[in-house]
Amino acid sequence: MAILTLTINGEQVSGKDDESLLSIAQQHGIKIPTLCHLEGLSDVGACRLCLVEVEGSPKLFPACTTKPKEGMVVSTDTERLRKYRRLIIEFLASEGNHQCSVCVVNGHCELQNQAYETGLTHVTVPYLYPKKTLDASHEHFIMDRNRCILCTRCVRVCHEVEGAHTWDLSGRGIACEIISDLNQPWGTSESCTSCGKCVLVCPTGAIIEKGEGVSEMEKKTDFLRYIVTARQKREWINVDSDEE
Amino acid sequence: MMKPRVATAWLGGCSGCHMSFLDMDERLIELADKMDLVYSPIADIKKFPENVDVTLVEGAVANTENEELAHIIRRHSRIVVSFGDCAVTGNVTAMRNGLTVDAVLKRSYIELADLTPQIPRDYPTIAELMKQAKPLHEIIRVDAFIHGCPPTADSIWSAVSQLLEGKLPALSHVYLRYG
Repeated sequence: MAILTLTINGEQVSGKDDESLLSIAQQHGIKIPTLCHLEGLSDVGACRLCLVEVEGSPKLFPACTTKPKEGMVVSTDTERLRKYRRLIIEFLASEGNHQCSVCVVNGHCELQNQAYETGLTHVTVPYLYPKKTLDASHEHFIMDRNRCILCTRCVRVCHEVEGAHTWDLSGRGIACEIISDLNQPWGTSESCTSCGKCVLVCPTGAIIEKGEGVSEMEKKTDFLRYIVTARQKREWINVDSDEE
Repeated sequence: MMKPRVATAWLGGCSGCHMSFLDMDERLIELADKMDLVYSPIADIKKFPENVDVTLVEGAVANTENEELAHIIRRHSRIVVSFGDCAVTGNVTAMRNGLTVDAVLKRSYIELADLTPQIPRDYPTIAELMKQAKPLHEIIRVDAFIHGCPPTADSIWSAVSQLLEGKLPALSHVYLRYG
């Protein structure tokens, strides 16, 4: 492990070579918007919201999966990035049913919050209204694929933390969706332990508890850092969640 | 000086946005002094007039009548505002878009009917549903957006006050609220 020095938004910062740009930025109080990233899970760069500019390259890099290099010059908040971030939210909105007024997590939704952050007044691309399914076969929970943004937090928490790997991805492009086991109703899954971790890490109203009304459900992800800290450090303590 | 001529219109929505407009309570008296309401579902005016300064449009564009009125509004208004989530995103009105019009009508008027189930078609007074309900800006050019289902009275007051001063409303972060 080596300590590297780099520049983020004109500020000299240092970080370890095995950390992500996102992690280094966060440690220095530099806010980069995220959706698929969640402290305690691996990073996959699925949502592209954390894209940053690196001097010397015309490409954009997802901060959550990009490692630092000595002397790297990074920009996290340019007009170009703000435009792309707004467009990402617009694409997500146009490819599902994200009508907040009839959603159980209205007011507590990470997609909704990012829409506010990016100043999204309206969606400029045409809405596609794809046909997506809702699976209410589980005894306690519902998977509403209309509200899914394919961040894969549920897939990762189920595989990495619960160890069940009930969830996975199927299909490509607009046909891509989250499936349980061998693409069967969730209620018939043999691997699901009904632990509910996927429900809590889901950033939108895609995986929800049954019986909740509009705006009633607030997701708490603190449990994840508690579990991960306990496993990695053998410390059974609640970690402050004020970092983000 | 002529007062600004203001209109409000009700397309495919539940009228909740207009109810929220009325929730401005005593501020409505102040508004009445500052503007002329020239067309609105809460005023008995049959025809959308010409030469309107600001029109607030509630609801998605859901049927042929909505579409026709939307184009008239655009032609006759200097500033058109999408008023509430149905106009801005399609919202609940657009949730039928994954289904066919026939399936929606059958469900509503046949399967769920208590008495005399029949689909209201072939009446000259009833507009045909469009294949999909659309947000207003997919049909006509829109100049400003007021969010919420419904927008709060405060956000409407903020937007309308700015519009009456001849400004396009720059809604602060506080008023950017979907749902």
